[in-house]
Amino acid sequence: MPDLVNGDAGPDVCGPSSVPPLVACPECDALHRRVPIRRGTKARCIRCGAVLYRHSYLMPRHMVPLLLGTLMVFLIANLFPIVDLQVQGLRHGTTLFGSIVALWREGRQIVAGLVFTTTVLLPLVDLLAMLALLLSWPGHSAHLWRFVRALRPWGMIEVFMLGVVVSLVKLSHMAQIIPGPALWAFAALTILLAVIVSFDPCSLWDQPAEAGP
Amino acid sequence: MTIPVMTARRAGLMACPHCGLVCRQTAKPDPRCPRCDGKVQGRKAESLSRASAYLIAAAILYIPANLLPIMQTSSLLGAKADTILSGIAYFWTSGSWGLAALIFFASILVPLLKLGTIALLTLSVHFHWGRHLHQRANLFRIIEMVGRWSMLDIFVVALMVGLVHFRGVAVIEAGPGAAAFGAVVILTILASQSFDPRLIWDREEELHD
Ligand SMILES: [Zn+2]
Ligand SMILES: [Zn+2]
Repeated sequence: MPDLVNGDAGPDVCGPSSVPPLVACPECDALHRRVPIRRGTKARCIRCGAVLYRHSYLMPRHMVPLLLGTLMVFLIANLFPIVDLQVQGLRHGTTLFGSIVALWREGRQIVAGLVFTTTVLLPLVDLLAMLALLLSWPGHSAHLWRFVRALRPWGMIEVFMLGVVVSLVKLSHMAQIIPGPALWAFAALTILLAVIVSFDPCSLWDQPAEAGP
Repeated sequence: MTIPVMTARRAGLMACPHCGLVCRQTAKPDPRCPRCDGKVQGRKAESLSRASAYLIAAAILYIPANLLPIMQTSSLLGAKADTILSGIAYFWTSGSWGLAALIFFASILVPLLKLGTIALLTLSVHFHWGRHLHQRANLFRIIEMVGRWSMLDIFVVALMVGLVHFRGVAVIEAGPGAAAFGAVVILTILASQSFDPRLIWDREEELHD
């Protein structure tokens, strides 16, 4: 069993082989023996039912192409207009970034910053950090994973997608709506990010024997 | 039904909150995880005081968030300022019940549920309640899951501002309530992040010992 290290107490003392087959429930601290589980299933705590660990269908070799594809979709979602609006012969479209700039210009910097951080900055940093995590495997992966886990609760693309739907329903009464490429890109991005989040590198460190294809 | 359960703490172990690695407890100050170099603590530091500080700040901002307009519309028909509630009322009376219900859920019900639940959980741990452990654990899990969806209204306002920008015909601007509401959402997420659900279960151990 690895000892906790203290600051500069020395080199990494735990290789994968020395990891004990133990897992503590993150929500109630109950201790469980780690058993191999089938692909696509989750292990749950016997006391409180929290998810202890999961065994994803995704392998690191699937992740790199998936992340690169998602980055492309992310670019399309941010560069093209989400919708064009037509009112009395006037036509006006907006990108997500255009909305953020409009908010900023009219003096709502806090709201603009909030929207930019949760829908553009953090999802992008998340994707890039995951890419770096997989490309530097296993060297700095654990450090990068700690970083990704800390920022993940603040990326809110799926909530934004629902916001797009609500806005369109709202506006459909007063204007003609022409969907833009970014609308479909955001829908695809929502699904792709949900798939990426299901990949948990912890399970690969803890079950090295299970990591193969 | 309660099963006497061996916990990491009773076994003299600590799990890294970042990567899950289970390590031996140590007397050293400021211990670090050997795998990810993250800070390892038996329980989140000052969980109750940090959660209640965020909670109080969120509760205070909840008032301007609901009283101030979050969206201002100026069109040929005149100017109109909408609070969260008047926006929902508008949808309700214009027949969009589904939309009204969705925004009511995300903007009114979820923030209230979060404020109430975190207050209840902090009090229950502070006063060492030993009952309804499972119910309280489930409540915590529910607010962790639905909390982020409160941002819905902020995104709707942002999109309306970006889209409805026809000079002389109709222009929508964000109101001062939007920043307050955004802050409430952020603060309630911080409050539930600082609350350590293991504190709920620690009571069971204390009763067994
Ligand atoms: Zn548990
Ligand atoms: Zn760790």
